[in-house]
Amino acid sequence: MEPLIQFNEVGFAYDPQRPVLADCDFQLQAGQRVGLIGANGSGKTTLLALTVGLLKPTAGRIKAFGRVRSCEADFHEVRCRAGLLFQDTDDQLFCPTVAEDVAFGPLNLGLARREVERIVSRTLDSLGLAGYESRVTYRLSGGEKRLVALATLLAMNPDVLLLDEPATGLDEQATERVLETLERLPQAMLIVSHDRAFLRRLAHSALRLNRGRLEPGEGQL
Amino acid sequence: MSRSRRWCDTRDRAILPSPPAEKAEGRFAALRLDPRGRVLAAVAFSVVVAVANGFATLAAALVLTILAVLSCGWPVAVVLRRLAPLNSLLLALVAILPWTVAGDPLWQAGPLTYSSEGLRLAARIALKGNAIVLSLLLLLGSLDGITLGRALAQLRLPDKLIHLLLFTIRYLEVLGREYGRLRVAMRTRGFRARFNRHTWRSYGHLIGMLLVRSLDRAERIGAAMKCRGFRGRFYLGERLVFSQHDAWFAVAATAVLLGLVFVEWFVWSR
Repeated sequence: MEPLIQFNEVGFAYDPQRPVLADCDFQLQAGQRVGLIGANGSGKTTLLALTVGLLKPTAGRIKAFGRVRSCEADFHEVRCRAGLLFQDTDDQLFCPTVAEDVAFGPLNLGLARREVERIVSRTLDSLGLAGYESRVTYRLSGGEKRLVALATLLAMNPDVLLLDEPATGLDEQATERVLETLERLPQAMLIVSHDRAFLRRLAHSALRLNRGRLEPGEGQL
Repeated sequence: MSRSRRWCDTRDRAILPSPPAEKAEGRFAALRLDPRGRVLAAVAFSVVVAVANGFATLAAALVLTILAVLSCGWPVAVVLRRLAPLNSLLLALVAILPWTVAGDPLWQAGPLTYSSEGLRLAARIALKGNAIVLSLLLLLGSLDGITLGRALAQLRLPDKLIHLLLFTIRYLEVLGREYGRLRVAMRTRGFRARFNRHTWRSYGHLIGMLLVRSLDRAERIGAAMKCRGFRGRFYLGERLVFSQHDAWFAVAATAVLLGLVFVEWFVWSR
């Protein structure tokens, strides 16, 4: 089967003297959950940003959902099918209320308002967030914010989830809740995390970014 | 808001004024009026009062707003506290303005005259200011920013303005917390504000850092929106409904405004 996401010798540099990523090759198959580890500043977040076209590679080729993606219009489709969970949820949740934030993506997909309302309540229900509709996003706890942010992605019914440190800053209980939620989801995932125990439970395989290059990281988990 | 607060809390600085307690509004809240009607009434009242010149009109407007605010159950102390900043400004106006307006002298100090025309002008401004602020307190003071934003959007104000308002509401507290963290970081290294170069320079760094971080955050928020398929159109929450209460409110507001206009034209101009 053709992989959902495929990097071919992808490189990226802000400054050509100091490349952030070089010759990165990897594939993400449907349903596969891959952990991505590496030191601070090793380019993990950059790799996620490249996947959805927030940054453009300076070398190589990115293929997503069966097509090579290069321009902004190509990536619009990728973004609608691959949900990126940001490290800081305050960056992601920008609408006043939870319901509006979850509805934002589906409305951008052009769905009718009534349909969107159904999606919002179904998505919140499925994450155990029923009754959160009119809560104000910035007054939620850290764990609730993370789950709501996840709900905003799931409402778009993506095929792939790109998770940037999904457990960072959460206490044990909240981490467990996020973990259990993610374990139940069918989507393929690329999970950036420093939490080895978290990745051991969630990921099928692992990659490690070392000096801008991807290498197998199973032994590290 | 009610969750336990961290030591780097910024609440005491009141960066985001907490919405006035529902209880303060009492009977007025119970009507559950359409915020659009309230906005329109507030604008119309403000325009009429701002344009009116007659003392009778202005006094009537002020008395009406005072009665309305008190009968709706706003505590007097809260109302006075809200009016205090405006009136300290108006006091300065009463002290200064009459010296600069020509007219019958009340006092004379060398070449300067304190004119009765000037005093009358200052008094008018004071009446107008207080009446308008009280009406805004009554009509809009209890709306939270989000509802106000929605109401304005449905009154067809430009999208960009609405977005600015809503994003400001959303991120004011985040920026306030960031400011608080930076301040704490400064204090833990022994910083105390004094009147010297070091203080000014440090404040410069603080504000600069806040700006840089805000820009970064704005970029990340923009990216997050793009990631969810944003292409420039913004969809706001459900439509507001205009109920029977609102119709009565509209009738009452129109009656009050027409009454004021009547006083202005027929009573005052005679």
